[in-house]
Amino acid sequence: MAGAITTFPTKVATPRRATAESPLVKAILLTVVLVFFTLFLVLPLVVIFREAFSRGLPFFLKTFEDRATLHSIQLTLITAAIAVPLNTLFGVLAAWAVTRFNFRGRSLLISLIDLPLWVSPVIGGLIYVLVFGRQGWLGPWLSEHNIKIIFALPGIVMATTFVTFPFVARGLIPLMQAQGHKEEEAAMTLGANGWQIFWKVTVPKIKWGLLYGIILCNARAMGEFGAVSVVSGHIRNQTNTIPLHIEILYNEYPNTGAFVLASLLSVLALVTLLIKTYAEWQAERQLKAAASDPS
Amino acid sequence: MAVRKHILPGFRFTLGYTLFYLSIIVLIPFSALFLKTFTGGWEHFFKAVTDPRVVSSYYVSFGIAFIAAVVNGFFGVLAAWVLARYNFPGRRILDAIVDLPFALPTAVAGIALTTIYAPNGWIGEWFTYQGWIGQHFHPDSPLGGLLAGQEWFKNNFLGPKGIKIAYTQIGVFIALTFIGLPFVVRTVQPVIQDLAVDVEEAAATLGANRWQTFWRVIFPAILPSVLTGVMLAYGRAVGEFGSVVFISGNLPFKTEITPLLIIMKLDQYDYAGGAALGFVMLLGSFVILLISNGLQAWDQKRRGLA
Repeated sequence: MAGAITTFPTKVATPRRATAESPLVKAILLTVVLVFFTLFLVLPLVVIFREAFSRGLPFFLKTFEDRATLHSIQLTLITAAIAVPLNTLFGVLAAWAVTRFNFRGRSLLISLIDLPLWVSPVIGGLIYVLVFGRQGWLGPWLSEHNIKIIFALPGIVMATTFVTFPFVARGLIPLMQAQGHKEEEAAMTLGANGWQIFWKVTVPKIKWGLLYGIILCNARAMGEFGAVSVVSGHIRNQTNTIPLHIEILYNEYPNTGAFVLASLLSVLALVTLLIKTYAEWQAERQLKAAASDPS
Repeated sequence: MAVRKHILPGFRFTLGYTLFYLSIIVLIPFSALFLKTFTGGWEHFFKAVTDPRVVSSYYVSFGIAFIAAVVNGFFGVLAAWVLARYNFPGRRILDAIVDLPFALPTAVAGIALTTIYAPNGWIGEWFTYQGWIGQHFHPDSPLGGLLAGQEWFKNNFLGPKGIKIAYTQIGVFIALTFIGLPFVVRTVQPVIQDLAVDVEEAAATLGANRWQTFWRVIFPAILPSVLTGVMLAYGRAVGEFGSVVFISGNLPFKTEITPLLIIMKLDQYDYAGGAALGFVMLLGSFVILLISNGLQAWDQKRRGLA
């Protein structure tokens, strides 16, 4: 410092808070993050849509006239229509059991629900092959009775159900834990039965988390590749789901059709993220409203 | 909040259904994996899991996944910091898109990344001999001449058009980084949001500059969550299949991943061999899960949540 008496500068710059970085550091960090996100998240999305429309709109639409493509879409819709409701029912019941009651083995149960998230999807397919495959546990019995599970719809549905079953439960458990169950108990003292409590008290409280769980479960069910690839057998017009058909089209020339189907699933993923953002915003508002409630 | 016992209705029904469903979908099929693993006998098991081609796939599945997780640790902390602390236009969009690898089907990610990094792709092109990076690796240039003499470099990364990114271990690394990206960000972000600013203010009044405050105050506070996020990303990347098989080119001893070998064993009706590899992968994932659970418990204890 030059002198003992400091004079105020004529222009008062807004002082930087001691707990913030300098603008230069901020700008650098922001740039690094933006470049990283562009490379890894934005670019893949752009490439999918660009390739999908690279041969123009007529080609894009023509892809959907192909019989194998239509069949793969149909199979994916059927699979999701079975797996998602099953997992939704499970997710809601499991979340109720885990957040409303305390019992021995509760944390083990939560870890088991998470299991499909930390094993390879290929293992998700493998275990069903080991049970139902030609040389699996039930293989001989099944072929004797002419029941097809592996390389057929039931196997695809089972593998998809396995891979996607944590999503609804995982969306609900933290939410229901944070919300607590004062309202449910109040409803009970007022004479409501379990069914009424669930539909009239719990469902309105959890609807956004539930919706996000279902949407994510659905997106993952329609997009599952590894597990389904093990059990499907890749038979065109029979056991090819959209992701498996994408693989086949990708290895053909021109491979634009693969990107057309991929763009469809990408739109689904983007809608999923949109609903997630909205659901989080709603849940935040609900929690804030509950916190400011004087009762 | 302590959950009192059995006040609300539905305990037996909900828990009963949960256990029933879990048994059918998970527990019974998994017991098949454990039993099938050893039906071929110890010798078959040992031979299957120590086959040189299988062992080199462990390096890809477990090794490259680890590097990808560590890189995600670095960029994930940066992203979490920027998203939690800075206000800028488009922050909400950036925040939402973090979860893209979680929602986008892996096969879709696989073909997109391959298209970008293939020799004729947007970024892959940069590394060909005509590209602005690849030209420095041309055998006629000093650096390229030096590297072209290296057997490992030629074998792994050189193609007819120049340096390859897709169809090499770098491609595998890119796919695994993509797949693990949300985990670090989503684990660290809430911790940064919960950090008490007064600690940072105290550090500043005591004369610490921003860098010192970060290393001595903030970093120790977020470290457990960073490590947890890295392990979660690692666990996810180890088993990844869909995005990798497209970009890796599946070259034996170079870019082949263990899950692909499981599928090949099943295609040859070697169920015991496939189960054996599945068992090894499961064991690896289990260790990773244990470590990340331990880290999570440490983190919650540090933050006074447990």
